[in-house]
Amino acid sequence: MQRRTFLRTALAAGLGVAALRPAVAAACAANNQRIVSIGGAVTEIVAALDGFCRVIATDTTSLYPRGVFELPRVGYMRTLAAEGIVALNPSLVLASDRSGPEAVLRQIKDSGVDIRLIPDEPKIEAIAPKIVAVGEALGLNAQAATLAKAVEEDVAALRGQVATLKSKPRVLFLLSVARAQPMAGGSDTAADAMIALAGGINAASFNGFKPISAESALDVAPDAVVMMHQTLEAAGGVDAVLSLPAFASSPAAKSRRLIAMDGTYLLGLGPRVAHAGRDLAAALHPEATLSALPARAWAIKS
Amino acid sequence: MVAAVSEASMIRPRERAPLVLAALGVLLLIAIVLAIGSGASWLSPGKVIAVLFDAIGWDISPVELRDKAVVLGIRLPRVVQGIMVGAGLALSGTLMQGLFRNPLADPGLIGVSSGAALLAAAGIVFGAPVVVWLALPKTVMPFVLPVAAFLGGLIATLLIHQLARRDGETEIATMLLAGVAVAAICMAGIGYLSFLSDDRQLRDITFWTLGSLGGSTWRSVMAMAAFMAPAVLLAPLLANTLNALILGEREAGHLGIDVERHKKLIIAVSALAVGAAVAASGIIGFVGLVVPHLVRLMLGSDHRYVLPGAALLGASLMLVCDLVARVIVAPAELPIGVVMSALGGPFFLWMLRRRRALSMS
Repeated sequence: MQRRTFLRTALAAGLGVAALRPAVAAACAANNQRIVSIGGAVTEIVAALDGFCRVIATDTTSLYPRGVFELPRVGYMRTLAAEGIVALNPSLVLASDRSGPEAVLRQIKDSGVDIRLIPDEPKIEAIAPKIVAVGEALGLNAQAATLAKAVEEDVAALRGQVATLKSKPRVLFLLSVARAQPMAGGSDTAADAMIALAGGINAASFNGFKPISAESALDVAPDAVVMMHQTLEAAGGVDAVLSLPAFASSPAAKSRRLIAMDGTYLLGLGPRVAHAGRDLAAALHPEATLSALPARAWAIKS
Repeated sequence: MVAAVSEASMIRPRERAPLVLAALGVLLLIAIVLAIGSGASWLSPGKVIAVLFDAIGWDISPVELRDKAVVLGIRLPRVVQGIMVGAGLALSGTLMQGLFRNPLADPGLIGVSSGAALLAAAGIVFGAPVVVWLALPKTVMPFVLPVAAFLGGLIATLLIHQLARRDGETEIATMLLAGVAVAAICMAGIGYLSFLSDDRQLRDITFWTLGSLGGSTWRSVMAMAAFMAPAVLLAPLLANTLNALILGEREAGHLGIDVERHKKLIIAVSALAVGAAVAASGIIGFVGLVVPHLVRLMLGSDHRYVLPGAALLGASLMLVCDLVARVIVAPAELPIGVVMSALGGPFFLWMLRRRRALSMS
């Protein structure tokens, strides 16, 4: 399956069709739609529905697929600029419903641009409705239904496997470790949802992303620490983090369990959620053998 | 060159001043034309003029909905808001520098900015639950932030003013110190609110403190005008008082000016102007500090000219900075506070060096 995807991509690149977007499969039906995609998960879904070639600009939270780095950026999701977006002359603006400011969204609408808000909660259950909403906006309802069903099946399969696992490790997700002050992810975050999906217990008891003191971290005694590649490097690497006073005597440091994953892959809460969850589960439960999920065209790690 | 400038300003300043004011007026007009005519989307001058004439009923050439929306719905309210915010902040700065008789005085000293920032952050974090608790309709939500910011500025100013009163007199030195203390308390409050906030709220707070004219709609413009207009109209009336205050408070009293009443009026007008500006556009620094100095360099110290000059130059500066903010990273936008500080910081350093050079020569 993976070899087939590789061959398709190579062929497409050779034909120059995907010359600008090398990481996306060639099956993208370009039409005269000009889409501005706002929101990381929204952009991922558009790409998974083979609509990425229609995207003309994205916001700064869209980090997948790679092609986004060659497109213009309309700014951060929450602080958009009306004139900039209207100037791109889009036929459709797909925005996560967490975008803002509201006045700007209204100004875009008043300029006659078709703008659709996609519901975007940080929960696993919200992903399928997200996919359906994007599919509806793109006029790809059938493909969206298929994609949503596949994602739901994968999530259910993963959940089934995880339910049989005996261990439930205490996990601490660290967003960053700046100046030895770790920022942990509590409840109502994408990290919390992924930890639960992967069969762990979120050791952080508070809400949202908050700095955690060294004493509290020691108290919490995580069995595993999860970080993003991007911030792990900034923090100095696995040894630097695990030797911090906050973690030096934790079970995670003793078994040297610091799991690093790509930030967008892990926290994106898009179509790749089941595969990311499975990778995290495999890392959290090294003693168990989890069967692989079906390889999907959209589930490439980065 | 410095000597030549001060000599030139001694030669017939009264005759020069109206010309300079007229030049500032022309500068503002040019800034307005540039601001309406340029932006992230390319619209030819012909199209812009067509849209403007269409708005007053003259149909020159067909206008597309999109062009109309950009010029009338996005750029024009933004320009009007920019003029009011720029003029209000500059006037407030001039008033503060006259009141404290210190060229480094800034509207933030009386606590308006910190108070506004504190309640704005509170509005961002607690706005939704409070609206639900008070059983207010959802349509109130967009007004929570501006109203909170304005109230915060007002409360902080009143508090500082009360702290600085003794025997019916307002002590300026005490007011300054009280301002510093209140600012510290507000910063602590904002820090705690940042801790309580979730990811989304934290970003909203951060971007609000950087200031922006984006999202200006006619409704927000009208709301701000209601507060800004009285401030802008009252400020020039304080010119004579400010001129007298240069000599000192006691001397001004000897000249027959009711110093206490006028001090209260200066503080009130300044708080009103800054409160309205901050409520509408977030914290935009440096205008209140930089513009009065530039105007005094051009016009001398007579507040009858400096006040209107500051309003004109403040408005032009705001429009130009906003234009840069809108265009330089299009289709995204820089927060205007960033552009202002990038310009204001070096200017401030230059100003300090010049003061040192002058005092040494």
